Amino acid sequence: QYSAVVSFSPFQQRIEIHKLRQGDNLILGFSIGGGIDQDPSQNPFSEDKTDKGIYVTRVTEGGPAEVAGLQIGDKIMQVNGWDMTMVTHDQARKRLTKRNEEVVRLLVTRQSLQKAVQQSMMS
Amino acid sequence: MSAAMDTESTYSGYSHYSGHSKKAHRQGRDRHKSPRSKDGSRSEKSVTIQTPPAEPLLGNDASQVEDGQDDNWGETTTAITGTSEHSISQEDIARISKDLEDSVGLDCKRYLGLTVATVLGLFVFLTPIAFILLPQILWRDDLEPCGAVCEGLFISVAFKLIILLIGTWTLFFRQPKADIPRVFVFRALLLVLIFLFVFSYWLFYGVRILDLKDTNYQGIVQYAVSLVDALLFIHYLAIVLLELRQLQPMFAVKVVRSTDGESRYYSLGHLSIQRAALVVLENYYRDFPVYNPALLTASKSRAAKHMAGLKVYNVDGPGNNAAGQSRAMIAAAARRRDSSHNELYYEEADQERRVKKRRARLVVAVEEAFTHIKRLQAEEQQKAPGEVMDPREAAQAIFPSMARALQKYLRTTRQQQYHSMESILQHLSFCITNNMTPKAFLERYLNPGPTLQYDRDRWFSKQWTLVSGEAVTSGLQDGIVFVLKCLDFSLVVNVKKIPFIKLSEEFIDPKSHKFVLSLQSETSV
Repeated sequence: QYSAVVSFSPFQQRIEIHKLRQGDNLILGFSIGGGIDQDPSQNPFSEDKTDKGIYVTRVTEGGPAEVAGLQIGDKIMQVNGWDMTMVTHDQARKRLTKRNEEVVRLLVTRQSLQKAVQQSMMS
Repeated sequence: MSAAMDTESTYSGYSHYSGHSKKAHRQGRDRHKSPRSKDGSRSEKSVTIQTPPAEPLLGNDASQVEDGQDDNWGETTTAITGTSEHSISQEDIARISKDLEDSVGLDCKRYLGLTVATVLGLFVFLTPIAFILLPQILWRDDLEPCGAVCEGLFISVAFKLIILLIGTWTLFFRQPKADIPRVFVFRALLLVLIFLFVFSYWLFYGVRILDLKDTNYQGIVQYAVSLVDALLFIHYLAIVLLELRQLQPMFAVKVVRSTDGESRYYSLGHLSIQRAALVVLENYYRDFPVYNPALLTASKSRAAKHMAGLKVYNVDGPGNNAAGQSRAMIAAAARRRDSSHNELYYEEADQERRVKKRRARLVVAVEEAFTHIKRLQAEEQQKAPGEVMDPREAAQAIFPSMARALQKYLRTTRQQQYHSMESILQHLSFCITNNMTPKAFLERYLNPGPTLQYDRDRWFSKQWTLVSGEAVTSGLQDGIVFVLKCLDFSLVVNVKKIPFIKLSEEFIDPKSHKFVLSLQSETSV
């Protein structure tokens, strides 16, 4: 039982990533950080330092995520309809790496474009 | 013995010298006089190393050592040694008279108390039985018949009396560990209470039942049962008063030995001063290292030197200004350039080094001796499995190889009078029997143990006197000081109350005082 906080963020985008097969694994090409079991104050991308959501911390060059338009610092709100704002880090990882799914549809939110550019230049 | 005492009561310094031929009569405790010869060498501000004369094997009562060291003895000042001579002879007399008191006659007071208690106990025990039996004997025919109820009551009386008997035997009829001067207040109170109680029961019984020849037998039996019940309750009261009350620790008691400052702390409950003294003494024999007068000679010689350094001459004619003299002496002593601390430091460092060296030699010698035994045992096992070497023989076989090292070590640490050759051999065969290592064998000799470990003749502390400001039957209070004196030293006991501890509860947010390691992990998907 949790209370969903609906925030009207300035920029929400739907991104569809097709997983790339590498050997035995299906990879998406980005890294996530955050979760309700993590320390939110160490998150460099969040505006609100108590935000325990899942954020994109790295995007590999040329990977499926970059191709689909995912950017560093994006906060992932939903994955294939599953909520990601109140999950643990491990639950988030599991939801993204399901073996029988080849396509994941993410709902991400982004801070204003200027801030996103600044952050990507700084990091 | 009286001739020797006559010689010693004079103040002349050479009385000791003439008396030394009678040394054979003196007991071993006079040994602490021997290092006094070192006084003479010290007061001349020179450090001389006294090599003790070659001593025969430890079996002999070391009376011959004094011969070699007495040669320097004549140089000391007669005033000091004269007084100590005098005090020793007085102590001898005191000791002899106390020994006489011990052996003559039994202690009437102790046995009086015991007999009173036993008689009272028997009387009390037989009372319910008498209550039940007397009507049967005296007016049997008039009694109403009494069925199952009475039989039940008989059984309960019987069992309650058995329980009472066992309980009283366990609680009160134990071997008295000690003999104390005054009466136990609580025990006396309880005895009086029981006596009054039973007396009043007999009174009522005599008036109401015997005189009137009551025929209601069930009532009489119930009367007896009520007496037994009440006796059980008194027994419970006795347990609580005599045993349980002093179990909970209330006082921390510090015991300090006057001669060398050894101190221990003990926890005691609500006890009277005399019982607290008993507890302290019982623990003294187990906890305190044995009193060794030979170890006190160093401080005595220093004290003698301080006293011998200054002499006051009254040149202004007669008139004894004692206070002025002592003040002048103290002032002069303070001004004097005293390098005795230097001497003390180097002397202690020297002594430590010497002891360590001797100890190393001793440990090596004993280890070699024990490996020799192992070799012998191995050989024995190969030769004839039936013949096992007697541990006593094995001990005697290896003893000479370590005797010299052990003797030298004991002499350096001044313990030699506590261990005779026979006792060392016994201990050695004991260790061999129980398969002990050399270190276990040496544990007894390397450090002075508690008084219980040694032979009773060497104890120096068998008769104790309790000196207390408050009455000895009063309970312990915070700040009480009492002294337990024996002939050679005293134990000063200081009582302090254990502080009242107040624990309170306070709610603290669990997050604020726990350390939580927050991680920020990054997973690539």
